[in-house]
Amino acid sequence: MSLSATSPRPVDILRFNTCGSVDDGKSTLIGRLLYDSKSLMEDQIEALERSADITGGGQINLANLTDGLRAEREQGITIDVAYRYFATPRRKFIIADTPGHVQYTRNMVTGASSANLSIILVDARLGVIEQSRRHTAIAALLRIPHLVVAVNKMDLVGWSEARFLEIRAQFEAFLPRLDIKDVKFIPLSALNGDNVVEPSPHTPWYAGPTLLGHLETVHIASDFNLTGFRLPVQWVNRPNSPTDAALHDFRGFSGQIAGGVVRTGQKLLAFPAGIVTTVKQIWTYDGVVDEAFCPQSVTLVLEHDIDISRGSMLVALDHLPGSSCELQAEVCWMHTRPLQVGKKYFLKHTTHTVQVVVTELIDKLNMSTLDSEPAPAALAVNDIGEIKLRAARPLVFDGYATNRLTGSFILIEPGTNATVAAGMLRAPHDVFKPETADYVI
Amino acid sequence: MSSYHLDHLQHLETEAIHIMREVAGEFERPALLFSGGKDSICLLRLAEKAFRPSELPLPLLNVDTGHHFPELNEFRDRRAAQLGAKLIVRTVEDAIARGIATPAPGEVSRNRLQIPTLLAAIEEFQFDCCIGGARRDEEKARAKERFFSFRDSFGQWDPKNQRPEIWNLYNGRLNPGENMRVFPLSNWTEMDVWEYIQRERLEVPSIYFSHPRRCVRRGGQWLPVSALVPPKLSEEVRDLVVRVRTIGDIISTGCVESPATTVADIITEIAAARVTERGSRADDKASEAAMEDRKKAGYF
Repeated sequence: MSLSATSPRPVDILRFNTCGSVDDGKSTLIGRLLYDSKSLMEDQIEALERSADITGGGQINLANLTDGLRAEREQGITIDVAYRYFATPRRKFIIADTPGHVQYTRNMVTGASSANLSIILVDARLGVIEQSRRHTAIAALLRIPHLVVAVNKMDLVGWSEARFLEIRAQFEAFLPRLDIKDVKFIPLSALNGDNVVEPSPHTPWYAGPTLLGHLETVHIASDFNLTGFRLPVQWVNRPNSPTDAALHDFRGFSGQIAGGVVRTGQKLLAFPAGIVTTVKQIWTYDGVVDEAFCPQSVTLVLEHDIDISRGSMLVALDHLPGSSCELQAEVCWMHTRPLQVGKKYFLKHTTHTVQVVVTELIDKLNMSTLDSEPAPAALAVNDIGEIKLRAARPLVFDGYATNRLTGSFILIEPGTNATVAAGMLRAPHDVFKPETADYVI
Repeated sequence: MSSYHLDHLQHLETEAIHIMREVAGEFERPALLFSGGKDSICLLRLAEKAFRPSELPLPLLNVDTGHHFPELNEFRDRRAAQLGAKLIVRTVEDAIARGIATPAPGEVSRNRLQIPTLLAAIEEFQFDCCIGGARRDEEKARAKERFFSFRDSFGQWDPKNQRPEIWNLYNGRLNPGENMRVFPLSNWTEMDVWEYIQRERLEVPSIYFSHPRRCVRRGGQWLPVSALVPPKLSEEVRDLVVRVRTIGDIISTGCVESPATTVADIITEIAAARVTERGSRADDKASEAAMEDRKKAGYF
């Protein structure tokens, strides 16, 4: 069925985030992308012009497009993640504009966690500063597949190729210590629009794509893991219809596939019951299907009547996950009350929330040197460190490096219900041993 | 292209279904805000996709300002009945009569008065979560909104103190009296909504399509002439062929001249549009921070 009567529509989505320090020109860059790609509407341009008369001395300020809250406009800063949308004939884009102040690192993690690509902005005059290292380290930690280093304000260094190469060398000095596979360096001026959408006449020495050109063409290898089926059960679908006999006995397990592919007739292991069953039917609103894959949302009907509820996980037999109460993870601490060893938190992992206690603080990442500092006294807001946890019930999980969806968690502080940490699990020591399980019904 | 590929609408759909099911899994008494507008029409289809073959595990809630387009309310009631869903309607009129909402002297718009009416309905039914059809691309303050938007016991949004949202892990924990607003369409644009309506062959209220209507020129817009909007002698009145792009109250929703009679026509029109959809809403033009202020007070 054709989607639209107009031009060919975008067929995929690229999610990216922008990070940089105050005054690196992030908001201006996004404003420029929207403005030059003709994604702005007349009333938005009018509103820009209205605010230019009030605060900008008549000069249009592209940053006003993204600095949405009054508090931000008054202080000229971005205080929270703002999302922007635009589409070109090739792609649909979701931008998370994340602020660069030291105290808002948690927002960068929020904006970047689901990104395909991160843009790190660097002021050409300043070069690499601690913020650049911090943002790059967070992008690496979150395993964002693609990175763009946008060397901004090149007009203020006379479009010097030498300066560009110098900044590139500054990055390359620490990049090998981080696990990032794809990095692109682009010299640009967001204020004047050079190399953002249109190629710049000032950079004859740069043969690469413009920023938008790169965003439109970068190969987004599937972010989603297609090996090792995982279905965290969100909701038990039981119509209990007294009138419709066909539905009376329907019992399905609804969830979003967090990894792999599932087929009708496939054998699955159900956690925490530890029982093997078979897929009888893959039910969707649009009809029964033979096969479904990550990240589709489906409802599975199983052959056996097993005790499965929200928080249970159905997994493929050929790629078994870990199952353990003892966990080790890298965490980004997001709350002003520091992490306390010995304190209990709620841990939400997939659709499963469980009580945990922090048993050990192993090390902390020094953001200036990117070295690990062993046995730190505490983990404060915006710190990244390695911890050990013990859960009240076993978690069924994969390492974050293998699967972002089954390898990630958040910590919630009891009482305040604040989300205090984002965690990335280390690979399990052993995978689940099915011989200890009751295999047959 | 591999067969394991989802296009942009399928991505947005599975993300929204996941969020709907998280609501069903994490909250005791959720409700879905259904106005009959295009965004909430998509929400209802997503709820069907999330929960069928079961009944929808949550009632529909609408705050009727008394200034709705009649076509909208007719559609709202009919669609709810088709789905066998429970529809709760609470009116601003009633809230005023009961002293819950108090109009300012001379205040005609019911926009602000929706807030106390909604909060009273939440309290009456002890809803701990309301799913809404707001999208981040609508407005600058909306662009800062989370999928799970925490509201304190006064229904207020605190933009400086939002819970971080990481991966697809949503923290739905609440203390008594607190409330969550959940926006499954956060990442959808106006274009996505219409493409989804087209793909799913969803019915929408007739006022989205062009029709003859008497309009009055006011504040740079064509407002529909009605008992609530009588033209003044000095104002220009014309019989036009128009449609609405976004549905607010009949007193503040500007009509746009348009020949669009099908969803495909509307998609073509939006692709060429030079004004955002909220550009035709007088309530958002009040000041640059109009939406921010209303959201802080408990507007959805």
